Amino acid sequence: MNNRWWKVALAATVVLGASACGGAASSDGPVTITYAVWDKEQVPAMEKIAAEFEKAHSNVDVKVQLTSNKEYWTKLQTAVTGGSAPDVFWMNGPRFQLYASQGVLLPLDEQIDAAKVDTGAFPEALVDLYTYQGKKYGLPKDFDTIGLWYNKTLFDAAGVGYPDANWTWDDLREAARKLTDPAKGQYGIAAAADSQANYYNTIFQAGGSVISADGKKSGFDDPATVEGLRFWVDLINKDKVSPTIQQMSDTEPAQMFSSGKVAMYYGGSWEAVGFAKNADLTGKVDVAPLPKGKKEAVVIHGLSNVAYAKSKHPEEAARFAVFAGSPEAQRIQAETGAVISAYQGTQDAWLKATPQYRLQAFLDQVPDSVPLPHSKNTAAWTKKAEELLLKAWSGEQDVTEVAKTLAEAVNTELGNEK
Amino acid sequence: MTAVADQSVAAEVPAATGRPARKRRPTTVAGRWEWLWGLAFIAPTGLGLLVFYIWPVFQTLYYSFTEWGAFGGHVWVGTENYVKLLGDPEVLKALKNTLVYSGLVLLGVPVSLVLAALINTPGLRGAAVYRVLYFLPVVTMPAAVGMVWRWLYNGDLGLVNHVLSLIGISGQHWVADPRFALYATAVVGVWMTVGYNMVIFAAGLNGIPRDYYEAAELDGAGRIRQFFSITLPMLSPTAFFITVLTSIGALQVFDVIYLMLGTNSSALRNPAIDENKTIVFLFYERAFIDNDKGYAAAIAFVLLLVILVLTVIQFRAQKRWVHYA
Repeated sequence: MNNRWWKVALAATVVLGASACGGAASSDGPVTITYAVWDKEQVPAMEKIAAEFEKAHSNVDVKVQLTSNKEYWTKLQTAVTGGSAPDVFWMNGPRFQLYASQGVLLPLDEQIDAAKVDTGAFPEALVDLYTYQGKKYGLPKDFDTIGLWYNKTLFDAAGVGYPDANWTWDDLREAARKLTDPAKGQYGIAAAADSQANYYNTIFQAGGSVISADGKKSGFDDPATVEGLRFWVDLINKDKVSPTIQQMSDTEPAQMFSSGKVAMYYGGSWEAVGFAKNADLTGKVDVAPLPKGKKEAVVIHGLSNVAYAKSKHPEEAARFAVFAGSPEAQRIQAETGAVISAYQGTQDAWLKATPQYRLQAFLDQVPDSVPLPHSKNTAAWTKKAEELLLKAWSGEQDVTEVAKTLAEAVNTELGNEK
Repeated sequence: MTAVADQSVAAEVPAATGRPARKRRPTTVAGRWEWLWGLAFIAPTGLGLLVFYIWPVFQTLYYSFTEWGAFGGHVWVGTENYVKLLGDPEVLKALKNTLVYSGLVLLGVPVSLVLAALINTPGLRGAAVYRVLYFLPVVTMPAAVGMVWRWLYNGDLGLVNHVLSLIGISGQHWVADPRFALYATAVVGVWMTVGYNMVIFAAGLNGIPRDYYEAAELDGAGRIRQFFSITLPMLSPTAFFITVLTSIGALQVFDVIYLMLGTNSSALRNPAIDENKTIVFLFYERAFIDNDKGYAAAIAFVLLLVILVLTVIQFRAQKRWVHYA
């Protein structure tokens, strides 16, 4: 008796299971497109752009997917390997060529022409950044430069004048010294081993280079480059006006700046919204152009929206990727104040979104800007820099020595690029 | 990787508790039906095991002889990965770190035995409360544990250093200083396993017949003598089981290392990580950061080998100290 009962139950389960599967397969509903991003501050803007797109394409549902900056690339690369990447996602300069050269991305030229987007309205360098072998894979989304954020309250208390466009490295060092108070655990500046926000800028200001123009050779052992690196190392170990790398590993520099433990902080234009939202900082902080070294220089970089070549809905994915670069989308993005939109004439909206800061400082530096260094497989050698430079930053080894080892390691990695 | 090691335990642990007599294939019709039904019932688990554990083991073995492209696709390279691995100082360092970490976590086993004995004290008030408190870390998400401990260990703002300062000791950057980071994570490793081991030990303690103690008392044995002559030998099978499981778990440590010594959320590399990577962390970096999946598979196999050897040694050694009543 028992046996028969079980057979019936088993058969029923199998039949039910099969029918459930059948039901799921026949979906006539709207097309869903996933859109992967990594900046929490920009999610509201991205959702607005998605909503705007959905208005014109009623059958498409765009889902914004947030992954933290720290895990974004790991997750994306794994998803691409498994054939299930998001339909549209953010791309940066350092990673672009790897993805484009391996056929992961969808060329967008046709869609750009169809949507009549004028690529001449974007900074040329950014359009080129996302062009591979003559094909455009993404429209520039935004651009960013780095500025010197400072805490006015701490400057006032120490009787130090605010930074301005004329500041030099020496002015910064002098101010940092006055703003450091070991008894209070207060430091002048956060000298983290951060490439884009910190040492790339000073390397270029000292007249050095990260990799050669043809992308074949490392510039880390150039004496000028070493000088740009030493600037930061000295702030920690010689002048002692910055927390150590151990302190900055325990407590992030941005957090130290927000809590008034650090008076100056090199941060991107993308930080404005976060600082504006932080109630503790109201009326306390502002931003100035970076102090100059031998010359003025700042790193410029911008993201783009790209579409996945193996997307189940390539048509819609490409259309959305292009739409996110259209003037309307760029205006929506700029108005939220999150990032400087790349499309010509939309920058004013960004300035007006957070009028309490002198954000013009970021735009004023553009004429002296240098693109973020990149090659075919940028991550392979930036990883070496990340690892090796810590030895200099900790004071364990001299900067010149580390730079020499690093240059060799980077040359090896660049040699591996075909 | 978890798959690999779990198999080695699952296959061998029952043996420790006495091998059941093997049943021969049934010959009668009714018996055969019963046998088929039995198979049907274990099929879901068996299939799951096959698909998610056993198959990946062989797949990993195969991949360890291949080299991967950035986005998949692989070519056979023979023993190249293993040759490279033998001369890789990073692998050696990671192996050393893993062994040190596991050794430290094993120190938690006697601690959990003592805790179990204390909690089993007859007439202890609030025993259930203590049990829950010690068991809580076991059921807490490792992600949360890692985050909270990273904050506790914070050099400037952490609670650990605050407490130390009260007794006049100036603290360190426990998880950002290469000299301390591995020990600091091992403390968390112990803290996370002690509750589980304690519960198993407590169950073992409850399984010892009271008669033995009564008899010993009549013979004039004190509490200390009772502990060493009755409790310890009677608990040795439990202790063996716990030691094997704890060392396998510790050899595969990843979560606490990744969470406490990994890069922080502003993507700044922890200055302590490069000296304190464990094998599985190295595996993760090679597989998912550098996308060198073939090499990572080879690393995974080396770990399997290490675990296998250590476990075999433990099973050999048990004959000298484990008593089955």
